[in-house]
Amino acid sequence: MFQVRIHGRGGQGVVTAAELLSVAAFDEGRHAQAFPTFGSERTGAPVIGFCRIDDRAIRVREPIIEPDAVIVQDPTLLHQVDVFGGLGPDGYLLINSERSLEELGIGELEERFRAERLVTVPATEVARELLGRPLPNAALLGGFAALTGVVSLASVAAAIRARFPGEVGERNVRAAERAFELVSSQVREPSRA
Amino acid sequence: MRSQIEGSRAVAQAVALCRPEVVSAYPISPQTHIVEALSNLVRTGELAPCEYLLVESEFAAMSAAIGASATGARAYTATASQGLLYMAEAVYNASGLGLPIVMTVANRAIGAPINIWNDHSDTMSQRDCGWIQLYAESNQEAVDLHVQAFKLAEALSLPVMVCMDGFVLTHAVEEVDVPTQAEVDAFLPPFEPRQVLDPDDPVTIGAMVGPEAFAEVKYLMHAKQMQALDLIPELAAEFSQAFGRTSGGLVRGYRSSDAETIVVALGSVLGTIEEVVDDLREQGVKIGAVGVTCFRPYPLEEIRAALGHARRVVVLEKAFAVGVGGIVGQNVRLALSGLPVEVLDVVAGLGGRAITKQSLHGLVADVLAGRLEPGRLTFLDLDWKLVERELERMGRGRRSGPHAENILRDVGAVAAKPH
Amino acid sequence: MPLQPIKFYQAGSFAVGNRLLDPDQRSVQARTERSNTLTSGHRACQGCGEALGARYALDAAMRATGGRLIAANATGCLEVFSTPYPESSWQLPWIHSLFANAPSVATGIAAALRAKGRTDVRVVGQGGDGGTMDIGFACLSGMFERNDDVLYVCYDNEAYMNTGVQRSSATPAAARTATTGAVGPEPGNVFGQGKNAPLIAMAHEIPYVATATVAELRDLEYKIERAMEFRGARYVHVFVPCPLGWGSASRDTIRIARLAKETGLFPVFEAEHGEVVSVSKIRRQVPVEEYLQPQRRFAHLFGDPPRTDVIERIQAGADRNIRRFGLLEGEDAATDGLMRVLAETDRGPQ
Repeated sequence: MFQVRIHGRGGQGVVTAAELLSVAAFDEGRHAQAFPTFGSERTGAPVIGFCRIDDRAIRVREPIIEPDAVIVQDPTLLHQVDVFGGLGPDGYLLINSERSLEELGIGELEERFRAERLVTVPATEVARELLGRPLPNAALLGGFAALTGVVSLASVAAAIRARFPGEVGERNVRAAERAFELVSSQVREPSRA
Repeated sequence: MRSQIEGSRAVAQAVALCRPEVVSAYPISPQTHIVEALSNLVRTGELAPCEYLLVESEFAAMSAAIGASATGARAYTATASQGLLYMAEAVYNASGLGLPIVMTVANRAIGAPINIWNDHSDTMSQRDCGWIQLYAESNQEAVDLHVQAFKLAEALSLPVMVCMDGFVLTHAVEEVDVPTQAEVDAFLPPFEPRQVLDPDDPVTIGAMVGPEAFAEVKYLMHAKQMQALDLIPELAAEFSQAFGRTSGGLVRGYRSSDAETIVVALGSVLGTIEEVVDDLREQGVKIGAVGVTCFRPYPLEEIRAALGHARRVVVLEKAFAVGVGGIVGQNVRLALSGLPVEVLDVVAGLGGRAITKQSLHGLVADVLAGRLEPGRLTFLDLDWKLVERELERMGRGRRSGPHAENILRDVGAVAAKPH
Repeated sequence: MPLQPIKFYQAGSFAVGNRLLDPDQRSVQARTERSNTLTSGHRACQGCGEALGARYALDAAMRATGGRLIAANATGCLEVFSTPYPESSWQLPWIHSLFANAPSVATGIAAALRAKGRTDVRVVGQGGDGGTMDIGFACLSGMFERNDDVLYVCYDNEAYMNTGVQRSSATPAAARTATTGAVGPEPGNVFGQGKNAPLIAMAHEIPYVATATVAELRDLEYKIERAMEFRGARYVHVFVPCPLGWGSASRDTIRIARLAKETGLFPVFEAEHGEVVSVSKIRRQVPVEEYLQPQRRFAHLFGDPPRTDVIERIQAGADRNIRRFGLLEGEDAATDGLMRVLAETDRGPQ
C-alpha cells in the first residue's frame, strides 16, 4: 500500500487533488481510497487530503499516520502544522515552493530522509502562468508522478480531463506536465512518463 | 458500472436509479453532497418524473415524504444527527402510519456539544422508532442497501433508514459499482401502495386510536418488523443473484467461525477491524469479527449463532447509553443470554475520533491479558488526565462552567509559530 | 344609471336570500348533490364554529374541483371530533399526520400528484390557529415561499381548544384562557403580542389570501372557490367562534362572528400577490362591548368596576383595523369580492 498525505488550506483544491490521485490510480487498474479531513466549509483553514493506493481492496478507514509521501500545497503550513509527522526515512516529500528546502528553513530534513526524494516545485507559479489562477493542485500531481512514479503522468492527465472538461482541463494538464518536467529534472531516480 | 466516485454521489445515483417520485431535502453536514447530487439529477431531467422539494427543515422533509408516500409516490429523504432529532416526531409518525419511506442517515454525533463528525449516536437514538435500520460497511454496500431498502420497505409497508458513516463513507472517494437502470428496474418493481389517498377511493388515514386498539396496532408494527428478519436475507440472496456480489443481510462474519475472540461492530469501522484480525491471525491469535448489518429488527438468533461459540466477545460501538453503558453491547448480551460467553463493552470513535489499527491492536492485547473490566464500559483512547482534571474542577465549586470550554484550557489551542 | 346593489337579508340570521340568486350563485349547501365532505356523526360541540366552517369550506372546495380533492389535517379539534376511531366523518381522502406539519404533508401530497401527472387532483391543508400559526408556522411559511399548489385553511378560534383552551398567538388581548387567567394586575391575555397570519401570508406574496367568518357562509364559499381558481399557495383564514372556549351560548356562534366583523375586530378581505383587492365593508359599525359581552372569556372586563380602560384599548384596535383596511369608507360594490361576482350575473342581487 502506498499512502499519500496532502497538506494545504481550504480553497487550494487539496480535496480534489487527493481525489484525482485516486482516480488516476483506479484508471491504472489499482485500488484507491481518497478522503479529506472534514470540517465546516472555510477558506484558508488547514486541510489534509489522504490517498491510499494498493493492489488489493482497501478496507482500513483511519487517517494516514505513516505516509509514504507528503505533498505540501502551502508552505506557510511548514512551521504551523506537523506536515512531516509519520513520514518514514524512505518517504517522498513534495513542497509547493520556488525556494529550496534550505531557504524554507527545513534544510535539516535532508539528514532525516533521502535527499533525492525531497523536492520543491513552484507549482503556484506554474499554475499562475498556465491557468491564470494560483491553484497548484494539478501541477503538484504532475510533480508527484515524476517524483514517485506511483501513477503515470498520462493517468494524472486523464483524471484531470475527466474532472475538468474543456479548456480548464487542458490548462490543468499542461500545468501538470510542466511540473512533471521540473521535478523530473531534479530527481535522480527514473520515473514513468 | 465500476467507477472511482465519492460515496455521496454514488448513493445519489443509486437512489435515482430506484426512481423516487418525491425527494425532499434539507441540508445538513455530512449529507449535503447526496441531496446536491440528487438536485442536479432532477434538474437535468436524468431523474424524472421526480419532484424535488427544497423544504425549510428536516421536520418538513419527513412530513412532505409522509404526504407523498401516502399519496402513493415513492418518497426519499436524507439527514444526519441534529436533523434526525428535529424530525423525530415525524419519524415515529411515518412508521406508525406504515409508510415505506427510505431515508439515508449520514451518521454523525449529536450535540451538545455540537460536533459534525461521525459516530452512531444519531441513529442509535432512533433505534426504537419502528424503522428498519441497516448499516453499510462500505460505499459499495451503501449503494446496494439503498436498492434493497426500497424493495424491503415496499414489501412490508415499513420505512427503512440506511445508515452510512458520515464523512468516513459519504466523503470518501473509492471504487463503487453503480448498477444500471435496467438492473435496478429488474430488481425493484413499481410501487404498489397498501394505502393511498385517492379521490376515486377515499380513505381516512391517521385517526386517533384509543386504549381499545392502540396496543394491537403497535403489536402489528412489531410483527411486521420481525417479518423483516426473514425477508432481509431473502432480498440479499436475490440481490446477490442479480448483481453478483454479497451485500446486506442480517449479520456477516469475518474469520469468526473458529474464533475464540470476536469483535462485533457496525458500519465502516469493520474494514479497519478486518485488517487487525488479519494481522493477529498471522500471529496465531484466534480472532474474528462479526458485522451487524441489520440492527433493527434485531437479529437475535443470527447473532447468537455467530457468537455463541466464542470465549469472549468485544462489542466495539460508536455510541453509548449515558448513565447505563453500551447499546449494541446490551443487545448482544441479550442474544447470548445463558451462554458462557464473556461480553466486553467498548465505546470508541465518539464525535469522529479516529479508530486506528494501533488502538485496536492495543485493545485486543488488553482484552487477551484480561485488563478490561467486565461489566463496565471501556472508553477507548480516552484522555483520562483531562477528564480527571475536569471532575476535580467541578468538585471545587458550584459554578464550574461548561465542560467543553473548560477542557479547552487543558487541551490548548494550536499555536502558530513564526516563520 | 349605475348599478344599485340591494341585499335582501333574512331577519335574524342576515343570510342573503338564496332563492333570489342565480342557481350557480347559490350556496353549495342548497344542493342535494353536495358532497357532505364532513358528514354528520362527528362529535363536535353544539354550536362549534369550526365544524360549520369546515363543512362549508370543504363542500365548496369539492364543488370547485369536481370532487377531486385530498385533505391534510393538523392535530386539533377538527381532526379529533371528525375521526373518532373507528369512525370517520370525512368523505374525501384525508390524512392526519402531526400537529405541526399539515402544510408540509400537503406539500408532499401535491408533489406526489405532480410527479404522477395528476394535476386534476387538488390539495387542501387545514388546521386550527394553534397548529397553523404557532407550531406549524415554519412549515406554513415554507409552503408559502415555495408557492406549493396547496390551499391552506386556518380555522381560527383564538386558542388551543382541544387541549383545554390555552393561549395561542391568535388569542386576542384581554381574553381569558387557561394560561392567561383573569387574575393579577393585567387579567387575561396581554396587549402587544400576537401575530396577524393573513398579513404574514400576504407578505409571502402568494397568489391568494382571504379572511372570512362563519357569519357570512356564502362569502366563505365564494372565497374557497375563488382560491381554487388559482394554482400555487393560497391561504384562507376563517374566524370560527368556540362556545366552549369563549364561554358563549352555542346559539350565538354566528351572531358573535358577525359582531367580530361589524366591530372591525376581524377585517374581512381578499388579497392577491400581497395586495388587498377587495374588502367586505362593515354595514353598521358596532362598539366592541356588544361583541365582548356575550363571551365569558371577557367577563372580567365587565365587573365592578368595569375595566373601561381595557375596553377602550380593544376599541382602539378595532378602529385601527377600520382605518387600515378601509372597512367603512362608503359603500362600494366594486371592492367587495362577492358582490362583484354576484353583480356579474344576469340577474344579480335584486
